[in-house]
Amino acid sequence: MVSCRDMIRAIRACKTAAEERAVVRKECAAIRAAVSENDQDYRHRNLAKLMFIHMLGYPTHFGQMECLKLIASSGFPEKRIGYLGLMLLLDERQEVLMLVTNSLKQDLNHSNQYIVGLALCALGNICSAEMARDLAPEVERLLQNSNPNIRKKAALCSIRIIRKVPDLAENFMKPAGAFLGEKHHGVLITGVQLCMDLCKASSEALEYLRKHTKDLVRVLKNVITSGYTPEYDISGITDPFLQIRVLRLLRILGQGDADASDVMSDILAQVATSTESNKNAGNAILYECVETIMSIEATGGLRVLAINILGRFLSNRDNNIRYVALNMLMKAITVDGQAVQRHRTTILECVKDSDASIRKRALELLFLLVNDSNVKPLTKELIEYLEVCDPEFKGDLSAKICSIVEKFSPDKLWYIDQMLKVLSEAGNFVKDEVWHALIVVISNATDLQGYTVRSLYKAFQTSSNQETLVRVAVWCIGEYGDLLVNNIGELDGEEPLTVTESDAVDVLEAALKRPSFDITTRAMALVALLKLSSRFPPCSKRIKDIIIQQKGSLVLELQQRSIEFSSVIHKHENIKSTLVERMPVLDEAAFVGKRAVSSAATLSSEKSNRKSSSGIPLNLPNGVSKPAAAPLVDLLDLSSDNAPTPSASTGDFLHDLLGVDLMQNSPIQGMSQPTTTGTDVLLDLLSIGTPPVQNNSSPKLPSSPQVKILPQLSPLGVASPKLSNTSGSVKATIQDTKPTSNAPPVIDLLGDLGSNSSMAEENVPEYPSIVGFQSSSLKIMFSFSKQPGQPQVTHVQATFTNLSSNEYTHFIFQAAVPKFVMLRLDPASGNVLPANGGSITQHLTLDNKQHRQKALAMRIRVAYKVDNQDMLEQGQVNNFPPGL
Amino acid sequence: MGIRFILLVNKQGQTRLAQYYEYLTLEERRALEGEIVRKCLARTEQQCSFVEHRTYKVVYRRYASLFFLVGVDNDENELAILEFIHLLVETMDRHFGNVCELDIMFHLEKAHFMLEEMVMNGYIVETNKSNILAPIHLMDKAS
Repeated sequence: MVSCRDMIRAIRACKTAAEERAVVRKECAAIRAAVSENDQDYRHRNLAKLMFIHMLGYPTHFGQMECLKLIASSGFPEKRIGYLGLMLLLDERQEVLMLVTNSLKQDLNHSNQYIVGLALCALGNICSAEMARDLAPEVERLLQNSNPNIRKKAALCSIRIIRKVPDLAENFMKPAGAFLGEKHHGVLITGVQLCMDLCKASSEALEYLRKHTKDLVRVLKNVITSGYTPEYDISGITDPFLQIRVLRLLRILGQGDADASDVMSDILAQVATSTESNKNAGNAILYECVETIMSIEATGGLRVLAINILGRFLSNRDNNIRYVALNMLMKAITVDGQAVQRHRTTILECVKDSDASIRKRALELLFLLVNDSNVKPLTKELIEYLEVCDPEFKGDLSAKICSIVEKFSPDKLWYIDQMLKVLSEAGNFVKDEVWHALIVVISNATDLQGYTVRSLYKAFQTSSNQETLVRVAVWCIGEYGDLLVNNIGELDGEEPLTVTESDAVDVLEAALKRPSFDITTRAMALVALLKLSSRFPPCSKRIKDIIIQQKGSLVLELQQRSIEFSSVIHKHENIKSTLVERMPVLDEAAFVGKRAVSSAATLSSEKSNRKSSSGIPLNLPNGVSKPAAAPLVDLLDLSSDNAPTPSASTGDFLHDLLGVDLMQNSPIQGMSQPTTTGTDVLLDLLSIGTPPVQNNSSPKLPSSPQVKILPQLSPLGVASPKLSNTSGSVKATIQDTKPTSNAPPVIDLLGDLGSNSSMAEENVPEYPSIVGFQSSSLKIMFSFSKQPGQPQVTHVQATFTNLSSNEYTHFIFQAAVPKFVMLRLDPASGNVLPANGGSITQHLTLDNKQHRQKALAMRIRVAYKVDNQDMLEQGQVNNFPPGL
Repeated sequence: MGIRFILLVNKQGQTRLAQYYEYLTLEERRALEGEIVRKCLARTEQQCSFVEHRTYKVVYRRYASLFFLVGVDNDENELAILEFIHLLVETMDRHFGNVCELDIMFHLEKAHFMLEEMVMNGYIVETNKSNILAPIHLMDKAS
C-alpha cells in the first residue's frame, strides 16, 4: 500500500476530475480492505489518507469506526490522529458517536494534560446533547484544573455544553465569573467567551456577571497599559483579540443597564482615544469599541467620540475600513439619525464604488436615510447612477429606487417621471409588481395621462429594448392613443410633439414583432391594436392586416387572440366601439390594499392560526344538542355567532372532521373574527388566491338550507384529497338525515378514522384536539381517537402546518415517550410543507401501559430545511387530554 | 458561535484544508465551497476582503497562491477575523518556515492540529504562537 504522501502526489498529478476520482476510488478500496482485515499497523496512516479524501469531498463513512479504535488505543500519536478523524469525519448526528462517550470519559480523567486537552477539544467540537449531559461533571471539574491549557479548553467545552443543554448553564456561572480574575490570556479569552454565552443562555447569569463588570474593566485596563509583550503583540498592540472579546462582553453587560454602562465608560473612552488607528489591529478594536458605545447606555460625549471615529473610518481609503464603517452606521442610525445624515454624500459615493460588497452595504444604508426632505436629490443621484452602473447591480438598485419612489413621492407627476426613468434604464430588471403599480397610478391620474403617454412614446424611441417600459407604453398607447396624437392635456413647459396615428401604430407593431419579447408583451400589443382600430379609423385597415398576420403565429395565445380580434373587426363592427372603450379607472385603494394583504398574508394567517389554535375547542361551532343535521349547518357556517355548546359524543365527529383539516379552516375563523364584514375579507383573500382558503370558502356561503350544502361540499372533497374521506361521510350524513338517528352518521364518520361499527354502543369517550407544539414557524395539532375495547391505545393524527412564508423540505418529525408508553409512527403524508399554511399529516399510535395511572407526555423534535438551511425545533407536549 | 468554517483554497480553486464548525452534508459542503471560491477568486486586490454569501459573511485574504477564507456570523468583527487569518499564517510560518501550499497539503494533520489549538467549536482558544505550537513540537520530538 502506498504512503499518504504518495497518494497525495498521485492526486496532485491528476489532470482531470475523472482521473482524480479513479485514484480516490482505488485508495478507498484499499483502505476498506485494510479496515475489514482489522489491520493495526496502518490504521493511523489510513485515517490520514481518509482525511485528505474527505477534504476533497468524497464519502468516507467507512472510516468512522477506525477513529474510535484509534481513540481507544493507548499511544498518544494514535489518539491524536483518532480524535482529529473523529472531529472531521463524524458529526453529532451519527449514532456511532455515542460509542465514544466512554473513551472520552476516560481521557478526560487522564493524567497527561495533552490527552485531556484532546478529549476536551473533541467534546467541545462535536458533542451531542446526551454526551453533554453525561460528561458535564467532568468538564466542570476540569474548569478548576491547575493547568491553564486545560482550563481554557474546558471553558470552550462548557460553551458547547450550555448550547446543547441550556439547563446546565447555572452550574457554569460561578467558574466563569472566577475566570475573569485570571492572568493567562488563553484562559481570559475563553472565559470571556463563556461569559458571553452564559449571558445569552440565562438572564440569571447575566445579572450575576454584571457584578463582575469591574473585573472586566480591570482586565482591559491591564492589557492596554501593559508594556510590550512579544508573544501577544500584533503591530504594536497587545492582544487585540482579547481586547475585542472583552469589549464585546462589556456590550452585553452594559446593554440596558445604566450602572454597568457607567462603570465601563471611562475605559471605553480610553480605548476610543488612545488606540492607534493606522493598523488593521487597532481599527478592529476601535470598530468593536464604537459598537459597544452605541449599544450601551452611554453619555452624549462618548457617543460623539464614537460617531467621529466612524466619520474617520468612512473617509478612509482602505475599502475594508469603509465597509465596516457602513456596517456600523447602519446600527448607529437608530441611535443618532442626524449624525448619520451628515455623512449622506459620502455614503452616496460608496453606492457608486467599484466593489460590490461596499455598494450593497451603502445602498442598504442609504435606503434607511431617505426621508421626505431629501428624496428628490437622492433619487436623482441614484437614477443617474443607474444609467452607468454594472448590469448585475441594476436589479438591486432599481428595486431600491422603486421602493423609495413609491414610499416618498410627493406628487404623481414626479412619481411617473421617476418611474419612467427607471424603466427606461433598467426595465428588464424590475418586478411585475412595479409596472402594475405604475399603470394603476396612470389610470387614476386623469390630468396626466396625455403627458404620460407622450413621455412613454418618447422613451420608447430610445429604450425600446426594456421590456417592462414597452409594456407600459403599449398599454398606455392602447388606452390613450388619442391623447397622444392630438396633444391633449399638455402640461406647462412640455415639449411639443408631433405624432401621427401611424407612428403610434408603428410602436405597437414593433412591440408585437420583436422576437425577444415574451407572450405577455406581444399579447398586450394585440389588445392595444384592437383598441386603436376604433380610435384611429384611418389606420384601421393597416391594423386589421397586422392582426391577421398573427393568425399564423406559432404561439397559441397570439393565434387565438388574432382570430378572435379579427372576427370582432369583421363581424361585429356595431359593438366594437363599446367593446374597446377605455378601461374604467382602476381602483387604486383596492390595488394597494391587495398588495398589502398579499405581503401581510403570511403575517395575518399566522396570527389567525394562533388565535384559533388557542380557542379551537371553544370555537367549534356545533349546536350538537339539536338534531343531527343542524351541527353540519353550523359547522359549515363558520361565522355563526352561536355560542358553542360543549359537545356530547355526537358532536365529536365534528371535532374529528375539523381536527383532520383544522389548519385549512382556521384562517377563515380567525379572519372573520376581527371584522364584521367577514365576506369582504374573504373575497380579498380569495383574490390573492391562497388555495386552502378557497377550498373552504364554499361552505361559508350557504348558511341555512342544508340541501345546498351537498353540491357545495363535493368540490371541496375533490379540491383537497385529505378532506375527501370526511366529506364523503358528510354526504352520507345528509342523505341519512333523520332527526332520530344520531348514531349512524357517527359510525360513518368515525369509520373513516379507523373505528368499527360496534363502537356506537360502547360509547367510547372522545377527546378534544390539542395544539401539541407551536412556534413562530410551525404548528403541530394532535387529534385523538380510540378503538373500542382498547382503552389504553390512542390513535393520534398529527397535523403539521407551516406558518412561515418559506417552503420546508426534508421534513422529519420524531417523538419520544416515557418508558410506560409504546409509540408507533406511521409514515407521514409527505415531507414537504408548502409556504403559508401548507400542511402534512402523520398517524401515531400510542399504547399507554399504565392507562389511567399515568398521563401521557411526549418530547418532540422536528427537523426540516428552509432554503437548504437545516432547521431544528423541539419541544415537550404535556397538554394531552386527561385519560388517554 | 463566531467562526463557522475555515477554508484554504489555492488559485485554481482546489480545497487544501477545510474545517467546519457546523454540520453540513458532503454535497452542501461541495456546493458551498464552489460558490464561495468562485465569488472570492473573482475579486480584485483593491476590493474589500468581505463577501456576503447566504447567511455567512466570508472574510478572506490571499497569501501567494493560497486563499484563506473564513466564514463567520453576520455580527462578527470582520477586521478581527482578518487579523486572525494573519495570525494563523504566522503560526504556520513559524512551524514550517516560510509556509507554502505543499507544506499544508503534505502535513494536513499538522495544519489541523494547529488550527485545533487556535479555534474550537468556532471560538478562539489561544493567540499566543508559542502556546499554540507547544504540543506539536512536543510530538515532533517524540516521534
